[in-house]
Amino acid sequence: MTFTLKIWRQSSPSEQGRFVTYEANDVSPGMSFLEMLDGVNQRLLRSGEEPVAFDQDCREGICGSCALVINGIPHGPDQGITTCQLYMRRFSDGASITIEPWRAKAFPILRDLVVDRSALDRIMQAGGYISVNTGGAVDGNVLLIGKDQAETAMDAASCIGCGACVAACKNASAMLFVAAKVSHLATLPQGRPERARRVNAMLDAMDREGFGSCGNQYECEAVCPKRITVGFIAKLNHEYLRAGIVESGLPNEPESPYAESS
Amino acid sequence: MMRLDSKIPSGPLESKWDRHRFSEKLVSPNNKRNLTVIVVGAGLAGASAASTLGQLGYHVSCFCFHDSPRRAHSIAAQGGINAAKNYQDDGDSVGRLFYDTIKGGDFRSREANVYRLAQVSTQIVDQCVALGIPFAREYGGQLANRSFGGVQVSRTFYCRGQTGQQLLLGAYSALCWQIERGQVTMHPRTELLDLILVDGQARGIVARDLVTGRISAHMAHAVVLATGGYSNVYYLSTNASGCNVTATYRAWKHGAAFANPCFTQIHPTAIPPGDVHQAKLTLMSESLRNDGRLWVPKLSADHRSPGDIPLPDRDYFLERRYPRFGNLAPRDIASRAVKVVCDEGRGVGPGGRGVYLDFSDVMEQQGLEVVRERYGNLFEMYHRITGEDAYQVPMRIYPAPHYTMGGLWVDYNLMSTVPGLFVIGEANFADHGANRLGASSLMQGLADGYFILPYTIGHYLATATLPPIPDDHAEAREAIQRVETRIHRLLTVKGCRTAAMFHRELGTLLWNHCGMSRNESGLTSALRAIPTLREEFWRDVMVPGSGNSFNQELEYAGRVADYLEFAELLCHDALHRQESCGAHFREEYQTEDGEPRRDDAQFAYVAAWEYREETVPVVHKEPLAFEFVPPTMRSYQ
Repeated sequence: MTFTLKIWRQSSPSEQGRFVTYEANDVSPGMSFLEMLDGVNQRLLRSGEEPVAFDQDCREGICGSCALVINGIPHGPDQGITTCQLYMRRFSDGASITIEPWRAKAFPILRDLVVDRSALDRIMQAGGYISVNTGGAVDGNVLLIGKDQAETAMDAASCIGCGACVAACKNASAMLFVAAKVSHLATLPQGRPERARRVNAMLDAMDREGFGSCGNQYECEAVCPKRITVGFIAKLNHEYLRAGIVESGLPNEPESPYAESS
Repeated sequence: MMRLDSKIPSGPLESKWDRHRFSEKLVSPNNKRNLTVIVVGAGLAGASAASTLGQLGYHVSCFCFHDSPRRAHSIAAQGGINAAKNYQDDGDSVGRLFYDTIKGGDFRSREANVYRLAQVSTQIVDQCVALGIPFAREYGGQLANRSFGGVQVSRTFYCRGQTGQQLLLGAYSALCWQIERGQVTMHPRTELLDLILVDGQARGIVARDLVTGRISAHMAHAVVLATGGYSNVYYLSTNASGCNVTATYRAWKHGAAFANPCFTQIHPTAIPPGDVHQAKLTLMSESLRNDGRLWVPKLSADHRSPGDIPLPDRDYFLERRYPRFGNLAPRDIASRAVKVVCDEGRGVGPGGRGVYLDFSDVMEQQGLEVVRERYGNLFEMYHRITGEDAYQVPMRIYPAPHYTMGGLWVDYNLMSTVPGLFVIGEANFADHGANRLGASSLMQGLADGYFILPYTIGHYLATATLPPIPDDHAEAREAIQRVETRIHRLLTVKGCRTAAMFHRELGTLLWNHCGMSRNESGLTSALRAIPTLREEFWRDVMVPGSGNSFNQELEYAGRVADYLEFAELLCHDALHRQESCGAHFREEYQTEDGEPRRDDAQFAYVAAWEYREETVPVVHKEPLAFEFVPPTMRSYQ
């Protein structure tokens, strides 16, 4: 197979970037998208040119490193996968493919297709954890957690922090990312003591980092490689509202010590 | 002269760790804040150690080459984490987990270390629950378990097929808290390129900022390496592409002994390699062997499609050779059996590198839906990669380098032979012997990071003499100079071949001569070929761009250069160990029916290699005494 690639090249954060056209030849349908790019880079290298920089690592869809906008869609045309899980048989021979980095104010471009996503780490540092020391934890079965709750928490916790949700959103909002972490911890009894503080701290950090607000367009859900649903954004809004009530000192709903199954 | 003192406490196995902890000196809270510890790597071991040390009051500098500490390759572990909780009341205990691990490792690990690992396993699961890890639960709200290869109890805790991800994100969240508190300074996109020793003690590292290219020295009172394994020396492996041996190899050159490098685990169930452009091998969970049956045609070069091959013409080789364990034989045994049938020309798929993993019997007996429910996500993954529907045609699988039991030698305190240099997780050699059991790597990484190192490093910091040293100490300046010279060398070769081409060639060489089975002539020829390849690399490698910018090719070339040296050490170890044990299979040492022949009289020791400039490394031996579990022949027949 042969493809015409229009790839974003930018040698440093301060430089003006541009699209450069490359030909990808001898591509087999069984090659992954990143292996196809590896091939392009090997050719560039042999002709003494600098290869296209892109982030990647595990190449099995779990580390969250790879981050390409392919023909305008983060992680490409298929749903529920990362860029590294996309295979060339998905494209028709001779097609033209545009490849860009994540574009968001909070994700400055470092080089070519590599962006700085440390803003997501800073949101996590603001409150995406349970403040518990190592040692002295009670037996794991002391906290009974309903199967449904464990499954819901796992649905949210499966976020890989790739940032596709931000790249897809026209407001470059990180709501789905924040929602996933807030929902994961608020669903479990271990996360309850800090839930009000957590949601406020993480949303404040999100604003501070320059992410936009949710526009209810659901593009984030459509591109999420782990199929995290916008239902968690509703949960986030609920948690935010609840935190306001808690902070105001008004009586709050009684808490069950256990997370119940419905 | 290197001395190996394992520092194993005396006395009964059950109370060694408790008594050792009590005899350890503590650092007072006031003094902790004046002590800095460098942790290199932020996977399960590194993140759990960094967060715990930060919580204890030390100042921690943590380094990782990823853009975020949440991306280390621990994240890709699928199956689960073992703990001797005995929640299923099926006869599990600390003693049984200890026994299974010692036996699974083919009696090449230390009893005291393994017992301690089994002891702290229960604390790990409790700690992970406290951190909010969404382990699978039963309807009654209790933690669920599954069983795993090589054991007869159900002791594996899991989060769907993403246990490594959830445990890593838990450790990462604890790390985030300590970063927020100012106890840990995180250095992402920063790579260790050298170690700094002052007066024989590990006192710092030289690191390169991968974005700006800036090279700087970072000083501390102790250094912890949590930098993972070296399976990528084979080029194609199940590891992430960034996994590398650089940190541990650099430490080796500074005097840290490297133990049992030839113990490399080849996992039986990966998707077979395709064309030459392939960058990695994708693992299919071991759990598939619970229901899938492995077979190949009885005759070589049988090109009929699998459905057209009638039962009498099929060889269910694992069931034939190991009737008692069948398709659930341990990883090392299953991988070798696959290799044997492929070498006989009976392999299937491109290049004859593959065997069928067939679910048609279970689908016939229990229905397609049952299979879909159990393995649906894996079938989907297989389909995405190969374009084949495993509900219609059998999967094809082939072994792939996966995990390395070898690593830097450490004593009971997890300290290497360099004072002040601690090594944790897959980077050390300690607990898995010659073969690791499933769901044990997550356990070991977290045991080291949360519960063992934080104690033992305290004793070192409390007792060692550690004078203050400035960042521009002569040793630091010299180390920076070494790193800069090397980078300059890489950039100025300006040859014609890319680093990947050398890496692939090295990988093929090792896979053929030091892979699933090894022999003297193959290893000897590899030891001749590696230096030649290395010379070609330094004469003909092409690294573009400059050192003071974001340059991924430069990073990669540096790692390949280290692999080209390390590969020799790997082959030396494989050549010297004239026995077959665990994952190390020497063709000269096998029984008549092709089973490995271990030699306890001569090789019941840890081989710890010492670096010697310009000559072959020297082996030192730490004898392994088995006081509590007498070594037996592992039989799965």
